[in-house]
Amino acid sequence: MKNLLKATAAAAVFTAMAGAAHAADVKACWVYVGPVGDFGWTYQHDQGRQAVVAEFGDKVETAFLESVPEGPDAERAIERFARDGCDIVFTTSFGYMNPTVKVAKKYPDVKFEHATGYKSADNLATYNSKFHEGRYIIGQIAGKMSKTGVAGYITSFPIPEVISGINAFMLGAQTVNPDFKVKVVWANTWFDPAKEADAAKALADQGVDIMVQHTDSTAPLQVAQERGIHGFGQASDMIAFAPKSQYTAIIDEWGPYYIERIKEVMEGTWETKQTWSGLAEGHVVMAPYTNLPDDVVAMAKETEAKISGGWEPFTGPIFNQEGEKVVEDGVTLEDGAILGMDWYVQGVDDKLSK
Amino acid sequence: MRIELVKRKEHSQLMTVLSPLLAVLLTLITAAILFSLAGKDPIEGLFKFFIEPLFDSWSLQELLVKATPLVLIAAGLSVCYLSNNWNIGAEGQFVVGAICGSFLPIIFPDFQNALTLPLMLLFGIAGGACWALIPAILKARFSTNEILSSLMLVYVGNLLLDYLVRGPWRDPDGYNFPESLLFSDAATMPSIGFGRLTIAAPITLVVIVVLALVLSRTLKGFEIRVMGESPRAGEFAGFSKGRLTLFVFAISGGLAGLAGTMEVSGSLNQLLPVISPGYGFTAIIVAFLGRLNPIGILIAGFVLALSYIGGEGVQASLGISDKISNVIQGMLLFYVLACDTLILYKVRIGHNRRTASQGA
Amino acid sequence: MFEAILLTVITAATPLLIAALGELVVERSGVLNLGVEGMMIMGAVVGFAAANLTGSGTLGALAAVLAGVCMASLFGFLVLYLATNQVATGLSLTILGLGLSGMIGEAFIGVPGLKLPRLDIPLLSDIPFIGPVFFQQDALVYVAFALVALVSYVLFRTRMGLILRAVGDNHGSAHALGYSVLRVRFLAVLFGGGCAGLAGGYMSLAYTPQWVENMTAGRGWIALALVVFSSWLPLRVVGGAYLFGAVTVLTFHAQAQGIGIPSQFLSSLPYLATILVLVVISANRRLTLVNTPACLGKPFVPDR
Repeated sequence: MKNLLKATAAAAVFTAMAGAAHAADVKACWVYVGPVGDFGWTYQHDQGRQAVVAEFGDKVETAFLESVPEGPDAERAIERFARDGCDIVFTTSFGYMNPTVKVAKKYPDVKFEHATGYKSADNLATYNSKFHEGRYIIGQIAGKMSKTGVAGYITSFPIPEVISGINAFMLGAQTVNPDFKVKVVWANTWFDPAKEADAAKALADQGVDIMVQHTDSTAPLQVAQERGIHGFGQASDMIAFAPKSQYTAIIDEWGPYYIERIKEVMEGTWETKQTWSGLAEGHVVMAPYTNLPDDVVAMAKETEAKISGGWEPFTGPIFNQEGEKVVEDGVTLEDGAILGMDWYVQGVDDKLSK
Repeated sequence: MRIELVKRKEHSQLMTVLSPLLAVLLTLITAAILFSLAGKDPIEGLFKFFIEPLFDSWSLQELLVKATPLVLIAAGLSVCYLSNNWNIGAEGQFVVGAICGSFLPIIFPDFQNALTLPLMLLFGIAGGACWALIPAILKARFSTNEILSSLMLVYVGNLLLDYLVRGPWRDPDGYNFPESLLFSDAATMPSIGFGRLTIAAPITLVVIVVLALVLSRTLKGFEIRVMGESPRAGEFAGFSKGRLTLFVFAISGGLAGLAGTMEVSGSLNQLLPVISPGYGFTAIIVAFLGRLNPIGILIAGFVLALSYIGGEGVQASLGISDKISNVIQGMLLFYVLACDTLILYKVRIGHNRRTASQGA
Repeated sequence: MFEAILLTVITAATPLLIAALGELVVERSGVLNLGVEGMMIMGAVVGFAAANLTGSGTLGALAAVLAGVCMASLFGFLVLYLATNQVATGLSLTILGLGLSGMIGEAFIGVPGLKLPRLDIPLLSDIPFIGPVFFQQDALVYVAFALVALVSYVLFRTRMGLILRAVGDNHGSAHALGYSVLRVRFLAVLFGGGCAGLAGGYMSLAYTPQWVENMTAGRGWIALALVVFSSWLPLRVVGGAYLFGAVTVLTFHAQAQGIGIPSQFLSSLPYLATILVLVVISANRRLTLVNTPACLGKPFVPDR
């Protein structure tokens, strides 16, 4: 009996608090896979959240959980938000896909948005960015600027996003230098500055003069600067870390998307959809072009404009590693084929384990 | 000033009760200070961190879900530690157990009947035990240090999982993303209650009870304790050190593997590149907080789970950073460990004492 | 090429080497501190913060040492004066360190750090091959070299080292002989903390001059493993650290050459290599048993 009383009292206090806290129109919540201080993937998502706060002020209440490991804890974190009165929950890592699906089924009145996945529902939308558009541009720059004709490419894991990035980079580079070569190194981590630095040094020792990374830390760029070669930032503008070496960076700009979707929630027009946007929508942004001659900057800007205008880098003719033509002349690869890419284009010197 | 410990003749009954309370009190004070420093209302923070999860049926259930693998792994580890075998690679045994347990539903997805789940659990136990036997055999045969080899095998196990999920075991319909296919219902742990609680919790409870009986009532339990406390006396009594090493490693690896399989089958329903938020390492703390005693481990697992769930709660509702939760968790552990000292020892704080020999 | 690889290996091995040497001294005194990762990450953040605020890399390195010492003193107090369980206390220290460092470091995210300058040793740096590899490094690399010499010398050639080892091998006798077991151990723990802090500082000041959460990424655990791997001999720590660094670096070179082996297998090589070498070493029973501190991990409470 005593316990029951306590429980009731506790519940009452809790309800009072929850009520007091819920003054905003919309509560938007984020689940992050890394710490907000990673200065990479999660950092950029949190920048997006802060853009939401800046845009709507008191009208929106935000909350986030950081460093939520993919795995058993993810479902609990997502469900907590669904129970805590969030109107919309953004889950920002691929591994959250099935937990998000499960929780979305359980809470039909809450809206969910899952980044980089492919499963959706009436109250579950997906969103992702066309990072490969930016990689095509940096490929062109690399082709123009490299003296050795060899780029080093530090990668995390062989998922379609990374593979299509390598391919787009290569296609871009081949437009200016058909014999361009790329050395691919798998660090098997998204984030381990020291290990990424080791990989970058190994590549520099092997004679590459362009450093490309699809891992999140600034370490490879710092190594590039030390070795007097050049590279590109990843996820955020890393110019402060390599003022002499960064040509440009592919920035993930989540803010505009978050603002748009939350506005839709406020206006009651939110609908599930599968968003895949890029340069045109301002969801992928190229950092200012630096350390480059004018003609290369002009070329990069021209390509940027062309892609923003609706041109797709994966337009034929495209050959695979065996030299077979896999995309006919003038044909554009479908979204699904890019989102699930598991093959290399001609000229990439690496093998994928199948 | 000098701090000195004086061994009590017997465990202090009073302190056995008081010491955990004192630890909790100190943690509360620390947490309140930290919350205030972060500019949050300390009372509200404390309430949400420590109290609310205990009175909300959803949180309570999540507490049990979180505590289950911790308790199960820690129970196995305690057997190792009691016998002076330092297995710190439970994380790897958890992962490899989960891999082996997932073999059936991934390779033979059509094999769905009443045997599926029991077989999976058996495979999981066997997988974890085999992985644990590697350092055990190396220790028994070459006296290779088991702390190191079991730790190294954690990394290898994780990379093995990574390779499988990204390569041969990848879901053919998964757009080449790193995930296995989803398990069928026959390969899923039946749930109890309304949330994520599965029969993993009662299974763990049974394991704890059996373990408590084995340790206190059987010859094997006696052997484990004797070999831990004085191996020489044990060997005199005819116990084999090498064979015991294999035995305790197999037990702890098997339980970690069981925990891994139950977690994958009950909670994730598929293999992913990461399946454990460090359960194997946290369980080491649970084992010691629980004083290597099955019942103690049960309580310790619950306390640690509370610190996770509560930390998440204040982060979600008050915006208190998870780093603060980490600090609180670390301090809680320190306080509990420090206060435990009071049970065995009296603390005496004195000035220069007469024993001149101490000053060397 | 070989020279270039060697240079990379030295950078990769230095934090492991420094942290492992510190822990070696701690373990020789009979204490097992599993909190190396926690002390390292604190060294990394405090070192970075200090260097950033003062503009001096030297002060940064000193602050890193100090941070490690502070963390270690907490550990030492609990483990030695309150006789808490060493394994659990060490693991808790790591949790605490990861949390605290994140709190302290929040203001320094995205701030480029200053890199410790290269320090060429006159004359020696001109020797072909050896010069560029060993004598054109940053100051902390030399500190690491010096630490190896210092630890080896003190441990095996001085009275202080003899007392330290006696305390680790048989605390009962050492106490009976009139040595203060707890004081010796406490000082050893502090030394280990300082080394771990410095190793962390090396990460954030020289290896990758920046602060990001969790940037030590498990190197503290590798350092712990190296101590056992070395069977508690300083020179073998050097070998182990360089071997580990070399395997890591070489797997990248192998990949860049385009060999078609799953990268996960290559990534697991350093760990498998460590186990293998360990087995080979420990098969020689006499050597390991002689060097293992007999009281490792056992609490000591002096009788009145």
